Parts: sequence; C-alpha cells; structure tokens
Amino acid sequence: MNNVLRIDRLEPLIIPMTALLFALILFAIFITLVGADPFGVFHSIYRGAFGSWFSWQNTLVRAAPLMLTALCTALPARMGLIVIGGEGAFVLGGLCSALTGLMLVGSPAWFAISMMMLAGAITGGLWIAAAGALKYRRGVNETISSLLMNYIAIAVMNFLIIGVLRDPATLNKPSTYPIDEAHMFVDIGNSSIHWGLVVSIVICLLLWFLSRRTVFGYAVDIAGGNERAARIARLPVGFLVLATCFLGGASAGIAGMIEVAAIHGRANTSLNAGYGYEGILIAFLARHNPLLIIPAAILMGGIRAASGLLQRSHDLPDATSLVMQGIIFIVILGSESLYGRFKIFRQQHSSERAVA
Amino acid sequence: MTIPSPYLLEALIIRKVFDDFVALDDVSLKLARGSFHALLGENGAGKSTLVKCIMGYYHPDGGNILLDNKEVSINNPRDAHNLGIGMVYQHFTLIPNMTVAENLILARPHLPAMIDWKSELAELETRMATMPFKVPLQSNINTLSAGEKQKVEIIKQLLLDSRLLILDEPTSVLTPNEADEVLGQIKGMVDDNGLSVLIITHKFREVTGFADEVTVLRRGKYVGSCKVAGTETKTMAAMMMGSEVIAEPLARAETKQNETLLEIDQLSAESSSGETAIESLSLNVRAGEIVGIAGVSGNGQRELVEVLAGQRDIANGSIRLHGETFDATRRQARLHNLHCLPEEPLKNACVPNMSVAENMAFNNFDIPPYALKGLLINRGRIRERARTLITQFKVRTETEDTRIGALSGGNVQRAVLARELSGDIDVLVVANPVFGLDFKAVEEIHNRIMAARNNGTAVLLVSEDLDELLELSDCIHVISGGKLVYQTTPSEADRSVIGQHMAGH
Repeated sequence: MNNVLRIDRLEPLIIPMTALLFALILFAIFITLVGADPFGVFHSIYRGAFGSWFSWQNTLVRAAPLMLTALCTALPARMGLIVIGGEGAFVLGGLCSALTGLMLVGSPAWFAISMMMLAGAITGGLWIAAAGALKYRRGVNETISSLLMNYIAIAVMNFLIIGVLRDPATLNKPSTYPIDEAHMFVDIGNSSIHWGLVVSIVICLLLWFLSRRTVFGYAVDIAGGNERAARIARLPVGFLVLATCFLGGASAGIAGMIEVAAIHGRANTSLNAGYGYEGILIAFLARHNPLLIIPAAILMGGIRAASGLLQRSHDLPDATSLVMQGIIFIVILGSESLYGRFKIFRQQHSSERAVA
Repeated sequence: MTIPSPYLLEALIIRKVFDDFVALDDVSLKLARGSFHALLGENGAGKSTLVKCIMGYYHPDGGNILLDNKEVSINNPRDAHNLGIGMVYQHFTLIPNMTVAENLILARPHLPAMIDWKSELAELETRMATMPFKVPLQSNINTLSAGEKQKVEIIKQLLLDSRLLILDEPTSVLTPNEADEVLGQIKGMVDDNGLSVLIITHKFREVTGFADEVTVLRRGKYVGSCKVAGTETKTMAAMMMGSEVIAEPLARAETKQNETLLEIDQLSAESSSGETAIESLSLNVRAGEIVGIAGVSGNGQRELVEVLAGQRDIANGSIRLHGETFDATRRQARLHNLHCLPEEPLKNACVPNMSVAENMAFNNFDIPPYALKGLLINRGRIRERARTLITQFKVRTETEDTRIGALSGGNVQRAVLARELSGDIDVLVVANPVFGLDFKAVEEIHNRIMAARNNGTAVLLVSEDLDELLELSDCIHVISGGKLVYQTTPSEADRSVIGQHMAGH
C-alpha cells in the first residue's frame, strides 16, 4: 500500500497550488480592468523576481526576513493560536539588537553579532510570549492582542528614536547612532546577498526539525490538535503555548536584528516596513510548515522585488504588488475551508468505512 | 374506491449508500395506524439513517415512502412536518434561556414578523388542555429537569399536529422513573387518541414494556418485524445480533481488597459556566475493585472525570494516589500508573488528524525507546509498537498510519483502550466506555475492564447506563447535584430506589 502514489497525501500540495493559480487569474482580471496587459505584467513580475541573477539576488535579500517573520505566525499556529504580532516583534527585536550593538562597539565581531542576535531573539520572544500568556492565563484573544501590540511596539520605537536614543546627525529620518561597521553582516562572495539569508534558512530548518523530529514537536502537535487530549496525557499545555510563542517571536526578533545588522546599520522607522504582516501571508501559504516557508518566502520576496519594475515598465502604482499579495492571501485563506471536501482525496477513507 | 390501508407509513425497500458503504440495504418498515412501533438494532444498524430518510434529511438512493397508501416525496424536514410527521431528537433542541411558552410558540411554522404574544399565549393555554402532560409554561427552559425538557419537546411536536411522532432514543437522558413516566403517557396517547409512534431504541425493556410492534435492523439490513406480545426477548436479541459470536462475560474473580489506591477527599470543582458542579465529594477506591457512579448526566459526573483526567482545575479538596497527594503532572500520573478512558474518546483523548500509531503513543512518546534520550522521536519504534497493539486489541484500521479520525467509533475506543490498558495500571478512571458501540465491542470492552480489576487495578466507573454499572461494579454510588447521595451494591440494588436518588429525592 505504501509504495503506491497516494492521492490523499497530495491534498496539502494540490489545494494551495490551485488556490494560487486562481488568485493569479483574479489578479489578471484586476490588471485588465486597470487597463494593462496581464501577460506583460506576469512576464515583468517573473523578470523582476527570477529573470536574472540580479533579480534573484534582490528576491533572496527580501525573502530572508520574510522567512523569519512567517515563523512568528507558523509556530504558534501549530498550537492552534493565530498570532499576527510579527511586525511588533520585528521592530522591537531590531531596536534592542541595535542598542546592544551600540553598547558593544569595538568588541570582537563574532561576540557582538551573537549578542545582538540574542538580544533580538529574547526581545521578540518575550513580546509574543506575552500575547501567549495573556491568552493562556486570562483568555485574551491572541490575534487581537498581538495585533494591538504591534502598534505599541512601533510607538515605543518611535518614542525612543525621536527622543533619548536619537543620533542628532539624523535630521530627516530620526535614527539611533549607527552600530560598529565591523559588526555588520557582509555579503556572500561578490553577490549582494548577505549572510542573513543563510541564518534565516538555518533557523527554518532547525525549527522544522524541532517540530517534526523531537519530543517537543510531538507534544505541540498533540496540544495543537486537541487540547483536551493533551490535558489527559498531562502535557504542560501552558508551557507549550509560551514556548511556541517565544520561539515564533524570537524568529521575528532575529529578522529585525538582521535588518539592522545587514541593511540599515541602525534602528529607524525603516524597520516598520510590513515584513511582519507579509510573514502572516507566507505562514498560511506554507500551511505553517517551517520547511515550506522557505520557498513561500522566496515567492513573496520575488513579488516584492518585482514591484519596482512594474512601476517602471507598466506605469502601474507601487501598490500593485500589494494588491496581488492581498488577493493571494484572501484566496489562500479561503482555500483552507476546502480540505476534506473533495471526494478524490478521500478514497482511502471510504474503503476503510466499508470494513469498519 | 380503494381499500384503506391499515398502515399509516410504509417505507419500502429503502436504500442509502454513502460513498461505497451501504448504510441501508433495501430496508422496509411498515407502521400500522395508531400503533407504538419500536425500531430496534445495535448502533450502526441503520436505525437513524432510516429515520433520517423518512424525515427528509437524507435522500434515499432507492425505494418509496408511502403515507396513507399514497407515495409521497419528502425532500426536507419541512415537507415531513407538513405531512404530519414530527421528530423528537436525542438531544434537546430548546432555547435554554427562553420560557417554555416562548419555545413552543417559536416552533410554529409561518410565524408572523410581529408576534402578538398575548393572543398566542391564550391560544397556547387552550391547546395545552388537550395535551397528555402538563409543563410549566412560564418557566425558563434551563430551570427544567431533563424529563420535563423531554416532555416539552414532545408537546412541541404534538402542537404541530403531528400524526406520527418519531422518537430517537428518547430515554437516554432520563432517569429510569422519568423514562417510564414519559413512555407511559405517550403509550396512553397512542391508545386513546390514535397517535402513531415510531421509537428508536436498543433497550429491550422499552420494547417489551410499551411497544405493540417491533422492526429489527442489523448492519443496514432488514431482519424482520413482529408483534411484541408473544415474542420473547431472547428471540429479539437473536434477531438483533444475528450469528455474531459474543464473548462470554468475564467472571468477577475474588480479589484481596486491601490497599486504597485512589482517594478523593472533599473535592469541589466548578462547571464550565462557573457554577458549583461537585461539592465536597469524597470517595475511595481500593485495589481490585470497581466502584460505579450512577447518575443522570449533568449532575457532576463529567466534571469529576475531567478533574481526574487533568482537564479541569480543582476548586477545593484533594486527590491522593497511593496515599500521596496527586499534583496532576505527567511524571506523577506515570509514577502512580493512573490511566483514564474518558467518554467520547475521539473528542477527549485523541487528535483526529494524527495517525493511529501517533495517537497510541501519547503516554510514552517522550521516554525511551520511543524517544532517543528522551529528546528525538523514533517513529519506527512508535509504529512497530502500534502494529503490535492493533493486532492485540483487534483495532480495525487500514494501516497504523491511517488518521484516527477516519476510524469507526468502536475502533477509536479500541485504540484508546490499547493505549491506556497496556502495561501496568494501578488506577483506572472510566467514563461511559461503551456509549454508541455495538454489542460485540461492548462485551469486549467490559471484559477488559473486568480483567484489569481482577489484576488488582482500582477502577472508578462513571456511567449513565445502570445495567452496565450493575453488571460490572462491586459497589455503586449515586451522584446527584454534585454530591454522592446513596450507596449500594449490585446484589442489594433496587432499580427504583436508585432511580429516586438519581432524581434527587
């Protein structure tokens, strides 16, 4: 039985792929309505995202933080929580890692980078764990609380960089003082891709391993699948909620750290660029599987990278790629309700009912 | 002129197929006008499917339904109501925070957009005079007992001018005394007012006590029908079960009842809505004994089991295992070999989307050899053990990798039993273990529980089925309003006395 290609195993692949195709058709209709040529637009998106080594580099640089912010939604989702606070964890993680970097100016690069990463991870982790604790202890809806906490995080950062942490030299764009040049992430070889991409992929792989191969991941699967069953097995449900939220938040915090250490060199409002929100879309696209997040993030990073080209060659506004992402998000979310609806995927079950 | 048919309802060679599973294989049912007809069969025999075809919930794949000798097409429950067929469901469909009168009026079809409550109430009161039993019209539904709610459900159907009343296991939520009262009054309406009744049941007591005729189904097939008078229970049981071999009940072995393994001391807990569900309840269970807890559902049994299963917090009091206070951690549950078989195992003790093998490993996935050094899952070992358990406990599943949610109820129960009953068990908490299972599975599961007792396990058995308790227990407590109100042993037990205590008198 096991060596036969089982169509019911393909369900989690076929449904999102079909949904993606459907979303592209909807987007094509939108493009036609605003008076552009959809095939030309799709071609440009492809060229801008994956058409050349240059566009690939652009895509991968954008994909790196998206992988990590996606984990911020994906890990708690395995526990049945819908956390959308990646933006807040990203911003605060970036801010705290920049501050840590400022305190460590002149120290060895490996040490400073590790400490900055740790600071980003702990800040982001505690931030999302707070939403988890509110949910577990007080029953506060984690989706609402994590969303509102995004605004708090952004406000805190703005308050600090306009106020006490401001480098007086930054006039138009208030920022912290820059971190030590020597502590910045360098590019891989002579590409424009920084080492943050490698860090992001490694974290995705590690968390995939954690959720698929370890006792911790198994316990999360039980508690996320049925809390009552987890309680009867006397698993520490509260700890699991906090731990998954912490790990998710830590990933987003590290993304903020990478953004600071690889791109801006300091913390400023550029951190608040929507990577956290885009991560939500990627997590759902990848069905909360840390391994599938890697290709999903590359796809979305590509769309982001292509938006400039759309503007130049089709005279479409910058927001066009946001419209596309929005359509994809809605269609993917809608497709979640289709699991188990198609007869073709249930052949195995029906043959079983006959013997039962 | 046609000769009037003696039958009110005829369902002829009804066929219903789900995917490739034949739920009803050319089943026929003929219900005489003005009779009390029982539809008897094990769980999964197709009783509910047949009734749902009659009510228009399902569309049969073959066969005809005749009412008054005329073929009718019933496409939805509304059609059935218009034809004068009413159904009372197993579970209540009343709106809890409205009054009886409001519930009865709202059930009327074609309600106007504005309801003139005054005139509606007046009309309701006149019509109530013709009803077989009285219900307090101005009371809120949530202040009524289960028996009263059941009566309201029945009156609701009668007010809709139903000629044929279908009752789906109406007594499952009632005390034995309430059940007798309700069924007796319905029987009276059949005899005096010409009402026709079709009752789904698996209790012989109800068939022999009230029904005129019985139709028996087995595994989706029509077995036969006959008059109840003059038919022995044994014959009906044989029709119901066919040639299936049923395990002999395992004998109760003499055990040395010495050490008290489970002590519940002054335990209090709240229900999900924050009301006191159990109040200062104390109970001891010794090694090698089954202590049964009888009661009508909703009297604190669920909360008691949930506390023991770790699904509910203790408000007050304590639980001791082997004399030590139990702190509800995984470590302690393992140390004291505490196991739980909750009711509805798929909902309470399984993750439907995980495989049978994964579900069977919930108790030991974190210890060697299933977890290397207690950290890395060894799926090969987990599946290997699952294969052994599947054979040993006769779980019918395609492979150990099938998701457990795709199994039938009995096989989910067997899988959970395999998980909880393999290895050493000192204390076992069981709740309604055979709810919804067929005879074969029932006997097998009862035998496993008895075997555990005979091996020196302390068993706490919470059940709404008095027969099950009388068969298995060494000692029976009755729970009512969250307190233990009466204690007896099966040999001294008197059903009606137990019933009175269950009702809180």
